[in-house]
Amino acid sequence: MAKMNLLQAINNALDIAMAENDSALCFGEDVGHFGGVFRATSGLQEKFGKDRCFNTPLTEQGIIGFANGLAAQGSTPIAEIQFADYIFPAFDQIVNESAKFRYRSGNEFDVGKLTIRTPYGGGIAGGLYHSQSPEAYFSHTPGLKLVVPRNPYQAKGLLLASIRDDNPVIFFEPKRLYRASSGEVPEEDYQLPLGKAEVVQTGSDITLLAWGAQMEIIEKAASMAANDGISCEIIDLRTILPWDIETVAQSVVKTGRLLISHEAPLTSGFAGEIAATIQQECFLHLESPIARICGLDTPYPLALEKEYAPDHLKVYQAIKQSIEF
Amino acid sequence: MNTELYPTGPVVHQATFIDGHSVEIPMLKILQQDGSVYPNADLPNIDQTSALKAYRALAFHRVLDERMVAAQRQGRISFYMAALGEEATTVGGAAALEPQDMIMAQYREQGALIYRGFSLENIMNQLFSNEHDLGKGRQMPIHYGSNELNYMTISSPLGTQIPQATGYAYGQKLQGKDAVTICYFGEGAASEGDFHAGLNMAAVHNAPVIFFCRNNGYAISTPADEQYVGNGIASRGVGYGIKTIRIDGNDILAVMKAVQLAREYALEKQKPVIIEAMSYRLGAHSTSDDPSGYRTKEEEAKWQAHDPILRMKHYLVKQDWWDEQQDKALFEQLREQILAAVKVAEKIDKPPVEDLVTDVYDQVPAHLEKQLTELKQHIKQYPDAYPVTAGRIK
Repeated sequence: MAKMNLLQAINNALDIAMAENDSALCFGEDVGHFGGVFRATSGLQEKFGKDRCFNTPLTEQGIIGFANGLAAQGSTPIAEIQFADYIFPAFDQIVNESAKFRYRSGNEFDVGKLTIRTPYGGGIAGGLYHSQSPEAYFSHTPGLKLVVPRNPYQAKGLLLASIRDDNPVIFFEPKRLYRASSGEVPEEDYQLPLGKAEVVQTGSDITLLAWGAQMEIIEKAASMAANDGISCEIIDLRTILPWDIETVAQSVVKTGRLLISHEAPLTSGFAGEIAATIQQECFLHLESPIARICGLDTPYPLALEKEYAPDHLKVYQAIKQSIEF
Repeated sequence: MNTELYPTGPVVHQATFIDGHSVEIPMLKILQQDGSVYPNADLPNIDQTSALKAYRALAFHRVLDERMVAAQRQGRISFYMAALGEEATTVGGAAALEPQDMIMAQYREQGALIYRGFSLENIMNQLFSNEHDLGKGRQMPIHYGSNELNYMTISSPLGTQIPQATGYAYGQKLQGKDAVTICYFGEGAASEGDFHAGLNMAAVHNAPVIFFCRNNGYAISTPADEQYVGNGIASRGVGYGIKTIRIDGNDILAVMKAVQLAREYALEKQKPVIIEAMSYRLGAHSTSDDPSGYRTKEEEAKWQAHDPILRMKHYLVKQDWWDEQQDKALFEQLREQILAAVKVAEKIDKPPVEDLVTDVYDQVPAHLEKQLTELKQHIKQYPDAYPVTAGRIK
């Protein structure tokens, strides 16, 4: 075990993936010698050479198009999009190409070896264009897997699993936690399962569901609620697509209440999808309406970031309302 | 790192503007319409066997397109795209490559696949989206693909294959393969962002990829002069620092020569090349299009006189490798074969309902299993509404 922050855990996972597989490549804007603007790829060019870890021109659609070609060829591309806010020029390559490559060819070709890493989320005074959480756009696209880690241990295990998974994966990294979150991480190789949620804390009164950086928010709200005698079950979804309906439904059958929280705007956020599915699966067990504590339906603000954010107080308030319903 | 930010060039003290036409781009022509070779022309590597193989592919392509446009008119298939007048660009390209080279096409490049030996049955199964289609009946007609023949499955969105070809070729280079990637696209697709992304990345990352632009004058109804005003697509290659050549796309010997040299260069230097082949789309964009709405018969007639297949036939006859009688017999035989293959393929079942959920992921996830089960129950309840699959659901 070693103490690592989330960036170091990611760097460590990339190091392992590149060492075990000569065809694994890391590339993106400023990813080479500089190690990326957040330094997630630090030292990889020095260790594995300029052919395998390099800067690309400033073209997100080019980066993902290039990565799709590499994956189809049999290489293992690990592409970085510098901020999730800038992934949209690559939307066509991801949604129409990566996601459909296997299906449209009848499995003659696939890009299963593709992994896209991208920092997402707010709380860093990044304003509109360095704060977005665009996971819901991609959740509407069959063929993709979407993964979000909440801490360094999760980041390393989930990233290694994403790189080795035989489907294209978008790995959303909570950039607010890059240096803020640290913990014990095994130095050796390990994987955590994709498509599997994790019950982080068991409880009996209400299920709280989130992912990524939002996990520490709901954990904080849960401990406030505990002081009021409310027992929260806390679940980290970890994989947004395909998501673990069974674990969430089992929990809600037990607690009778569900609160979902994400940073992205409320309308058409992934919480809406979860709420619809859970009311279908657990209708007769529900004791209150499913609560969604999310970002406002506005662009991500700058000066009023605190007001916009679905913080622990908003979550705490919603827990109480759900219990008292 | 490059410390010299500014490229070399004369320093001037009076403002001097240039445009794309300041660079004169030569056009390679080898074969004349009567089948004779221009004096002093450098011929590609070609002999009787390879010439006849290419010609048979051209003939097959021409007859296939004629028959399948007719089949679409008769309502037997839903859609088709002919490549009338442009066949030399794809057949000639494939003839100049090695089988291990990857072909990443746009959609009008069936000639390359035919040259590689994709069977008539496979073609028909794709066009009729039946259960033997390699693509499992999921894409519209002409979206062929074959792993075995290194022909990447076609994707409808335009230009997406261009940066992919760069990545594919970069992978080939890193793994030390004796192979390149050729990437076909039209002059219309060259307006897509992916074109610029793909070319620039190929130049910057030294990918052994041959970009092959079929400049056929039209993107559906939009003529090339409403698509760009620069010096064609070739001038952009120069801008990206890519070795560039413009050729007569109706001249199969020019196509073969350019692609042979491009392949040698790409492999040896591990760098990209761009070829702009000037041609003309003699037919409609697709069976859903009618060119009479946007161009004249006179214009088409002018280009009919540059038929690439006739040009090659005249060349073969001049070499004493071929004669009119053989030619007539070949076309008749092809018409019969293709018609017979249509009759077989159209009777084959559509894919089973299970193919709806496979290949979305490497394995069928739980939520898709559930959706399939529910769908099957529904079909069983209303079998008359789903005749394609109802009888085959267990």
